[in-house]
Amino acid sequence: MTSKRIECDLMVVGTGMAGVAAAAYASARGLSVAQTGMATSIMFAAGCFDLLGVHPVAEGCVHDDPFAALAALRQDQPDHPYSKLTDKGIHEAFDEFVAFTREAGLGVHMRPGKNMHFPTPLGTMKTTYCVPDVMIEGVRAQEDKTSCALVDVKGLKGYSSQQIAAVLGDQLNVVGTGQVVFPEMENLAEVYPMQMAMALENPRVRAMFIERLRQVVGDAEVVGLPAILGLYSASEVMDDISAQLGVKLFEIPTMPPGISGLRLKEAYEAALTKRGVKRLNQKQVSKAELVDGGFRFEVGAQWTQYEIYAKGCMLASGRFLGKGLQTERTRVVESVFGLPVAQPESRDEWHGKKFLDAKGHTLNTVGLETDDDFRPLGAHGSVVADNLFAVGSILAHQDWMRQKCGSGLAITTAHKAVKAFMKK
Amino acid sequence: MRTQVLIIGGGATGTGLVRDLALRGVNCILADAKDLNSGASGANHGLLHSGARYAKSDPHSARECMEEGEILKRLAPHVLEDTGGLFVAVEGDDEKYVADFPDLCGRAGIKVEEFSPEKVRELEPAVSDKTIAAYAVPDATIDPFRLGLDNLSQAMSLGSRFLRRTKLVGFDIENGVIKAARMVNTRSGEEFRVVADQYVNAAGAWSGQVAAMAGAEIGMLYAKGTLLVTNDRLTKRVINRLRPPGDGDILVPGGTVSILGTTSIRVDSLDDIRPTVREADINVEQGMGMVPELATTRYIRAYAGVRPLLTGSADSDRNASRGVALLEHAEAGLKNFVSITGGKLTTYRLMAEQAGDLICGRLGISAPCLTRTEPLPASEEWQWNEPGLAGKSWLNDHAEGDVLLCECEMVPKSGVDRVLESFDTSKDKPGLKALVRRSRVGKGTCQGTFCSLRLTSYLYDKDYLHGDEGVRNLSEFLEERWKGQRCILWGMAESQAELQEAFYCGLMGLELNQQVKK
Repeated sequence: MTSKRIECDLMVVGTGMAGVAAAAYASARGLSVAQTGMATSIMFAAGCFDLLGVHPVAEGCVHDDPFAALAALRQDQPDHPYSKLTDKGIHEAFDEFVAFTREAGLGVHMRPGKNMHFPTPLGTMKTTYCVPDVMIEGVRAQEDKTSCALVDVKGLKGYSSQQIAAVLGDQLNVVGTGQVVFPEMENLAEVYPMQMAMALENPRVRAMFIERLRQVVGDAEVVGLPAILGLYSASEVMDDISAQLGVKLFEIPTMPPGISGLRLKEAYEAALTKRGVKRLNQKQVSKAELVDGGFRFEVGAQWTQYEIYAKGCMLASGRFLGKGLQTERTRVVESVFGLPVAQPESRDEWHGKKFLDAKGHTLNTVGLETDDDFRPLGAHGSVVADNLFAVGSILAHQDWMRQKCGSGLAITTAHKAVKAFMKK
Repeated sequence: MRTQVLIIGGGATGTGLVRDLALRGVNCILADAKDLNSGASGANHGLLHSGARYAKSDPHSARECMEEGEILKRLAPHVLEDTGGLFVAVEGDDEKYVADFPDLCGRAGIKVEEFSPEKVRELEPAVSDKTIAAYAVPDATIDPFRLGLDNLSQAMSLGSRFLRRTKLVGFDIENGVIKAARMVNTRSGEEFRVVADQYVNAAGAWSGQVAAMAGAEIGMLYAKGTLLVTNDRLTKRVINRLRPPGDGDILVPGGTVSILGTTSIRVDSLDDIRPTVREADINVEQGMGMVPELATTRYIRAYAGVRPLLTGSADSDRNASRGVALLEHAEAGLKNFVSITGGKLTTYRLMAEQAGDLICGRLGISAPCLTRTEPLPASEEWQWNEPGLAGKSWLNDHAEGDVLLCECEMVPKSGVDRVLESFDTSKDKPGLKALVRRSRVGKGTCQGTFCSLRLTSYLYDKDYLHGDEGVRNLSEFLEERWKGQRCILWGMAESQAELQEAFYCGLMGLELNQQVKK
């Protein structure tokens, strides 16, 4: 058994959006940072950043102005994590995170104070706050009713331009749908976004793809494609295809795990490494304890590979899929420190009778309760440790899936928590 | 519509009877308000009882089970797996019950063999190390969906018809003779009459309601039972707890999974029958005494059914006689109506035979019952319903481009096509729910998270779905899966459910779409 000792200012537990945001903010402020996690959740991301799309959830009320929605939310749900944040703080957090995303090489569109809508692979419209470059023309096409062609790829399962067009109806001005056979994959019964994205970064394959696309786009002004336009240089791939075809392009996310989440993961990992963050990739915390003036972690699966001493800790370990929270048959537990989880008495209260119940499911609002700086509370209602913070979806009293606020929670709570840690 | 015999209820009895009559040359219409096996016939363990469970409480039923089991093993081997079964007692179980067991089985003609606890643990390592006694019995497992489909398929090949989503709303009766049954298609709302010589009530738990429409009465009680499906198959054999019947006392393998049951709760209504958290917990907590792994294994879904019981027949619901009741309703003055109720899956053939004899007698038809001697033909399109088989045949050989739509259970495009082709789609447009009933689609680990969008995409590309039909289909499909998921969502199953919600609600806003339509 080998054990490597690391000393740092801040340990970030989690490599989802909240972990990335916390590591980005902390490294920007000159802190030494270690980060560990399995990157499970970010792989499922669609590439956009939500702030707040729906409030109140039970009424399914979709908002174009997220800050108006935030004002109402703070009135109605004073224990929601957003109620611990100001509009100013939220703007600053998004500005800083969007700038970091651009530094990582991903173009992002944000319209300060305004939500956007883009088509999903089911043909519904998704409300969000920031979209990547490769999706912005889809937002505009819907707003301007630009004539639009939807094209899919033979052998890509779970993605049908017929379906998207039929379900969208007149929400998008679809003048045609078509299909292309992906070049040099003609003999494959099934094709995958990852393979196609990598292939499109090769100019030779891209040229063939452009010629095939030309056959099916007709005279549409803008063309919607599944998210396959490159992994490491998506904007360049899209701009090239767009210029050669003489039409604008946009991506629609594919079924997860797709290329959209992988782009984020790859870009953020590279950017954080460049900033000097010690990333212990694909590893989990096996032991965490409070020691004199800080924390001690053991990280590694089968045997201890790292021993980390940190002055502060950002718990950005996510929920059930990310394994920050775990459900047993009779209770919900927090995985790293065994912190108390605010939860109902019985499992019978976890879920509603209908999956699509308008009110959402109670289990999705359980999580960690914190003070105003996002420091988790112990069993007696006082903070567990001055320098322990919980950020992102692990927080209680929010329902990121129904409120459409997942990335926003990550980006904004991590921002406030890192600033609070800096003050100490 | 005109036919010789109208059968109400597409469960094991109804599908068994339509084949029995078809083989005697009788033309039938089988109608079900929902679809095949929508009641208890589709919500049981899939156990072919050796009869040992009834050896003490009901020796007559025990013997019937034993005899019918032997017939099915001989004539319909493709719908069952001859797993064998064990009765296992653990520390603390009633030793008197254990001691009496072999004699009682012997008296019912059921072969039992005593195994030492060491031998049992060698054969079935999942069984508790606190086992004190064990007996091997000739239990087997049966796929009730395949059974129903094969029975129906042969009957249809002989000219009988099946009307799904067709609900009985009343009878036209003159002087004790039913002249017509008034039916409604529950999807289209279309109303029509079926004119028959004989009318058979095989509606299972709904028999009382059907009889009432003819002015007859059947006193019925409803006992709801909940069962859980594990992600993996835990044992080779059926494992029964060797103690008086109770909750969580049986674990039945079914293809690649195991099924744990069963609770028993009296209910007053047949509406909204679904498994509850409490029932799931009872099954787990009781079952783990017999198979400790049940405490930690992953469950993928639960389901509930209703045992129809005749009133006044027993001291408790579990001991209630599940023997066959053939009611001619003479007291109500009816001349061409019969109800067949009670019984159990294992004895469905015998029930159909007895009903068939009565009806043929009334029709003046002397053709004998053939189901006791004629093998049940396997209908090939139903292979997509057999756990493991779809995958095997796809791996061995598949056409170019025939990719898997359901990856958990390995159902390819061609499997979906075959199932859809089995409908007359000019009259009936089945959605994803009907596909689930006839195939393994959506029954695996992901419980529809990934395959449902693949299915709707495929069906749009086939020009089968239009407009927003896919959204409605998807919502119905996910809700149907949810009924079975809700009460077993902890551990990995909860993580999977969170992913499903992140995808369908977080990204697609499917819950919002629902609301807009309201």
